[in-house]
Amino acid sequence: MSSEHRPEIGSTVAIQKSAFNALLNNLKEQGYEAIGPHVKNETLVYEPITALEDLPRGYVTEQEAGHFRLIYLGHSRYFDVIPGAQSWKQFLFPSRKELFSLTKNDGGWKMEEGEKGTPAYAFIGVRGCELAAIQIQDNIFLRSDFNDPIYRARRERAFILSVNCLHPAGTCFCVSMGTGPRVNSGYDLNLTELEDVFLLTIGSESGRGALTGVPLEAANGFVLNAANRALEHSASQMGRKMDTSDLPELILNHLDDPYWRSIGERCLSCANCTQVCPTCFCWDTLDTLSLDGNETRRTRVWDSCFNPGYSYQAGGNTRPTIHSRYRQWLSHKLGNWKQQFGTLGCVGCGRCITWCPAAIDITAEVVALREETSR
Amino acid sequence: MTTPVTNIKFASHADRLLEPVWAEITAITPEAEGISTYWLKFVDPAAQAAYSFLPGQFNMVYLPGFGEAAISVSSDSEDRSLVGHTIRFVGNVTRAVSRLKVGDVVGIRGPFGAAWPMQEIEGRDVIIAAGGIGLAPLRPPIYYIMNHRERFGKVYLLYGARTPSDLLYPNEYKKWEQAGIQVQITVDRADENWQGQVGVVPMLFYRFRMNPESVVLTCGPEIMIRFVVYEGLARRIPAENIYVSLERNMKCGQGSCGHCQLGPYFICKDGPVFRFDTLESFFNVEEF
Repeated sequence: MSSEHRPEIGSTVAIQKSAFNALLNNLKEQGYEAIGPHVKNETLVYEPITALEDLPRGYVTEQEAGHFRLIYLGHSRYFDVIPGAQSWKQFLFPSRKELFSLTKNDGGWKMEEGEKGTPAYAFIGVRGCELAAIQIQDNIFLRSDFNDPIYRARRERAFILSVNCLHPAGTCFCVSMGTGPRVNSGYDLNLTELEDVFLLTIGSESGRGALTGVPLEAANGFVLNAANRALEHSASQMGRKMDTSDLPELILNHLDDPYWRSIGERCLSCANCTQVCPTCFCWDTLDTLSLDGNETRRTRVWDSCFNPGYSYQAGGNTRPTIHSRYRQWLSHKLGNWKQQFGTLGCVGCGRCITWCPAAIDITAEVVALREETSR
Repeated sequence: MTTPVTNIKFASHADRLLEPVWAEITAITPEAEGISTYWLKFVDPAAQAAYSFLPGQFNMVYLPGFGEAAISVSSDSEDRSLVGHTIRFVGNVTRAVSRLKVGDVVGIRGPFGAAWPMQEIEGRDVIIAAGGIGLAPLRPPIYYIMNHRERFGKVYLLYGARTPSDLLYPNEYKKWEQAGIQVQITVDRADENWQGQVGVVPMLFYRFRMNPESVVLTCGPEIMIRFVVYEGLARRIPAENIYVSLERNMKCGQGSCGHCQLGPYFICKDGPVFRFDTLESFFNVEEF
């Protein structure tokens, strides 16, 4: 296949791994800032990348409840590493965003917009579970009755290069949640990494545009079969699973079960799970007032239902105990979310398990609640 | 004559998140110890002309440097000249409100939330049961009933506060009675001058005979709401005819920030007024 031939949307092509830089250059020329997984301070973060060499070649992660290790194996693959604590949420729904500042002027307040301009990100390496999480947040921030201007502007400009996950980690359960390891839809380009080549499925006109001038090869039956086999194998390697057949009723019908108290005894209410969760969307606002009282900045920040102040109201705290906060989190995520937004709020990425300092495992808690309540 | 054109965006589709519209305090009415009503007029006359609310809705009141508080509108929804907010000085923002003077400016976003079903309940007997500051969001329905008295059957106001000096709007009760609303007042603790009833609001249900076709509108402390609902149900008023207004930590007013969730609901957007049958399954779950 010659590079002049423009592939159709929906088709799959192959590129040499070294040709990936041409793709990144195209994105840069089109005004995107590419963000991808990158090893920094001995862990994995999502950061601006400029070349294939910035990606974590040769790395994997080992993940268990309350356990994360980045391990260098030295192989030649760039996308074997399962993501760390960070997710793409921080780019579309920034953890801290100045909305506006106000300055006193004769009796009133003069408003000035916060940081101006909207970044155009190209997300490189979005997993199936992560793309599903973005789509869940779309339901929250882009509703017919409420449209979040910050999220909307960033989301509309974003380019998504997703990745089929071939080496799931110990806390992964995307198969149970129907979000992976094969990426479903909603990408501009979807990548499958084989030993020698990247396969790219074109999902949109932008995806096709990003391949302009990139030397393309035909994805023959041999490589397509190899990719399919690798994905089937991947699906059989999930570290965890969750039976969703009785959700959300299992939780919503047992809100008074004593089992919640036993979780409350283990949970530290540290809010880690909500900060690493790619679908958790709660936010708060802060006013930062200058010492003379003449200037204030209004900022939106992430919040968590585990924070004691979260449910504070004039009469006191609605959820003063840890077990009531955990129940709020789980009964929202695997329960009421469905009524609110049409899906469960969990994509099976496993972050809340990996990053829980008390090693609380959402999949195990669901099993335990099921056993407890079926006695 | 030209129609005034306005691009004021009050509610959910503002181009800038949480952008307030400025309003000036034109008068302050002290109501009780630690509670006053603030009468607001939007600085921009076009904003004043564009603003309207339904009984039971609330605004987010913003004090730069302090933050926002969700406050129900307590004035007459059919009087568009001013917006009234009865505010209890209890939190960070509302204590700062207590230091404001006439002429000061506050930010307003709103109106938000579901209203009392004033049209749907026409033709019915109406029991309004309020406790403490809970009378504030129930004053607009009282005004609405007074404005359209012939559209309603018997109307009772059952109101209670901790002490006689905590009672809201005492100067208006006579006017309400003259308009054909039976006003029953009770206090938790009497003082030496109190001639009226002593006890909690739900006990007032024992003082008259009600039609099971009545509609109950109630707002107050959650424990009071619980017992008002019990008394209503005990008199064969179905849960579908009992409406409650709930309080939670509301921040965005648009069902986005998550704070005010109760089960599947965002109180700020799906409430604060709910038909009780839609709440029944989790209303009694402790700390939910």
